[in-house]
Amino acid sequence: MDKALHFIFKYGSLIVIGLVILFFSLWDKHFFTYANISDILRSISIVTFVAIGVTFSLTVDGFDLSVGSTVSLTTVLTAAMMVWYQQPVIFVILVALASGAVVGLLNALLIVRVRIPDLLATLAVMYIVAGIHKTYTKGYSIYNNMPMPDGSTAPGTFDPAFLWLGQGKLLGVPVPVILMIVAVAAVHIFFKYTKWGRQMHTTGGNEEAARLSGIRVRRIRTFAYIASGVFAAIGGILYAARVGTGQIDAGAPMMMEAVAAVFVGYSVLGAGKPNVIGTFFGAILIGVLLNGMTMMKVQYYANDIVKGTVLVLALAVTFIHLNRRRNG
Amino acid sequence: MSTKQLQMKGIRKAFSGVPALRGVDFTVQGGEVHALLGANGAGKSTLMKILSGAYTQDEGAIIVDGSQVHIASPGDAKKMGIHCVYQEVDTALVAELSVAENVMLDRISAKGSRLWLNWGKLESEAEATLARLGASIPVRKKAGELSLAEKQLVLIARLLTEQAKYVIFDEPTAPLSLDEAERLFRVIEQLKGEGIGIVFISHRLPEVFRICDQITVMRDGERVFTEPTADTNVDAVVHAMLGRVFEEEYPKSDAPIGGVLLQVNGLARGRSVRNVSFEARSGEIVAIVGLVGAGKTELSRLLFGADRADTGTVKVSGREVRTTDPADAIQGGIVLVPEERRTQGILVGDTVQHNLSLPLLNAFSRFGFMSGKKENNNAHAVIGKLGIKTSSPQQQTAFLSGGNQQKVSIGKWLPTEASVYLFDEPTKGVDIGAKSDIFRIIGQLAEQGKAIVYLTCEFTEAIGIADRILVMCDGALVKQFMRGEATQQQLLLHASGGKGEQA
Repeated sequence: MDKALHFIFKYGSLIVIGLVILFFSLWDKHFFTYANISDILRSISIVTFVAIGVTFSLTVDGFDLSVGSTVSLTTVLTAAMMVWYQQPVIFVILVALASGAVVGLLNALLIVRVRIPDLLATLAVMYIVAGIHKTYTKGYSIYNNMPMPDGSTAPGTFDPAFLWLGQGKLLGVPVPVILMIVAVAAVHIFFKYTKWGRQMHTTGGNEEAARLSGIRVRRIRTFAYIASGVFAAIGGILYAARVGTGQIDAGAPMMMEAVAAVFVGYSVLGAGKPNVIGTFFGAILIGVLLNGMTMMKVQYYANDIVKGTVLVLALAVTFIHLNRRRNG
Repeated sequence: MSTKQLQMKGIRKAFSGVPALRGVDFTVQGGEVHALLGANGAGKSTLMKILSGAYTQDEGAIIVDGSQVHIASPGDAKKMGIHCVYQEVDTALVAELSVAENVMLDRISAKGSRLWLNWGKLESEAEATLARLGASIPVRKKAGELSLAEKQLVLIARLLTEQAKYVIFDEPTAPLSLDEAERLFRVIEQLKGEGIGIVFISHRLPEVFRICDQITVMRDGERVFTEPTADTNVDAVVHAMLGRVFEEEYPKSDAPIGGVLLQVNGLARGRSVRNVSFEARSGEIVAIVGLVGAGKTELSRLLFGADRADTGTVKVSGREVRTTDPADAIQGGIVLVPEERRTQGILVGDTVQHNLSLPLLNAFSRFGFMSGKKENNNAHAVIGKLGIKTSSPQQQTAFLSGGNQQKVSIGKWLPTEASVYLFDEPTKGVDIGAKSDIFRIIGQLAEQGKAIVYLTCEFTEAIGIADRILVMCDGALVKQFMRGEATQQQLLLHASGGKGEQA
């Protein structure tokens, strides 16, 4: 019984991913084709960036609900800067990243300094940021040649170099997929081999012991929330680049998908804690499910049921395991 | 049988094979205040937990007013009229409810209580009960707004509403001021006058002699002494608590004592640490002894910057150390081996090697990247030096024995070049062998010219290892002994506020 549970915890999520892929492949011969696989990877690339952010906050034993709003904010911000103000691409990207960092800093301030519980603080910030981005665009999405309030058309357009980030290909591989793989690898190295990654893991493992070992835990937690905001901002930039418009509320569904991906990742190979490789596999599972269900023509709104169910199952596996380990 | 008395006969209790109580007899008469004394681990709290239903005895009988009873749960104990006032009053109170509701809580939540509560009656009954104790607490005030002493009174009033016949007070005066303690003594007198039998657990001998009729002393799970207070004295009680003084081997450190390294001036925080000043020299082992709750752990945390002091300064080698964060204290040359090893000293979920690297991540990394080789070399060096028994540096520390975990908690500081080492109860929960290893390590650190501050409630350890002993009582340092001057009796006397207490 124990052995079976252990096995399920260690390999369960990978087996589930395998089974889901097998099922859809048998259902529809178009599923397991290069075109569709690269489609799936491209569709998960944005969520993966957001999920990396969530991995940071969870690693320091925190939580960040505001990532979805940050995606929305940076999506319309990049669009507005190009379409309304004709700013150069580099500047646009830097401003978007900086705004993500500012949201992260605000979260950190509330959680680390004011000591509001993380869920509540980021819940409030989530609403504030969502409100800001909708107020800024007056509730309209931003697109090329859109009419301006004074009756003229918008002066700028999306820069092709910017759109390449979301739509281009390099050696037949979509650019966002390459960026995603580079980011996953880099963050994995960061957590495993750098002193900052070590400090984050230690802080999340036992904050008091970390502090009494000389780690400046408040600084470390602040960095984690800033990282969370910055990765969400990258998600927002890629979203704008992929669809070529500044959709309002673009990030709203991503928070759930990202959190589900991270918790699926908890159990990948029995890690039992947030880890970026697991997060990546979690994102794949969700991407495959959504893609397959679209193929099966399942109603769009049923997607939420599936995402929620995946999260519940991942949480169940994780917490059954953690509680057993704690009691055992 | 109409005699009002609570008898425990031949009580035995073992925890996973280790006997905690070895056949204890203990009797409280109705209308009597009976002190239960003993050093830490003597078994007095185990005995009282059996009485209040938290534990069940392996052997022995409990007889209430002439009839034998079986107490399997706290609820059973309450039905027999046996109540306990624990030190942590906040866990028993509902902060958001009024005083009246808290006093009448058991009545309100009792089975068969009526659906509608008569608030007027409830409040007047609560008021009357509090008045019986001579307490005037506004019954509509929220319990959370009360002072600690008032909360205690609310709990006592509550057990009066439940027809308590026997009440156990577990160190009730420890958190109280002198005035508040005085008021509590009057309440206890009142309960006694109503025929309630009282068990009074305390470390403070003067108050025990003032208010108790009988004194029982426990040692090593046995009752060794019971006398009417009038027929005995402090010396006899202290002697009974300590028993024969068994000699332990302490490697005497012959380190030459040099210049002053640590200077503490007027350090204070709330009521737990009051105006503490002392110094420690290079090569010197200074023990700070005191009973549990005297403020030793709090003091060590202030010195290390784990908590913030209200006032006071800490200097190392004449330079003031910022004590707002442990990282600053470490930079200033102060390190702490905390009492709570598994939750504060080490990360049990991490490997030995990672634990040993923690304070020196900068030294073991290059451009931010950890050097596995440097880490591994350090881990091997420390493991070898301290004799840490582990299968490899990659072993998870959770699987090490208590003594070896403690060595990891000490070992992580060795490469830091700290000059002041604080040890808070470093031998707690470690076996004899590891204990002497720890003493040896401390001796070596002193030989290297470190200043050692050793905080402990084990008087024999302090006498064995220290060059100088400072006695702490109620947050203040009250007495100093040089090596060879102190006896256990004297330490216990001063630590329990017996003599020379600052009024």
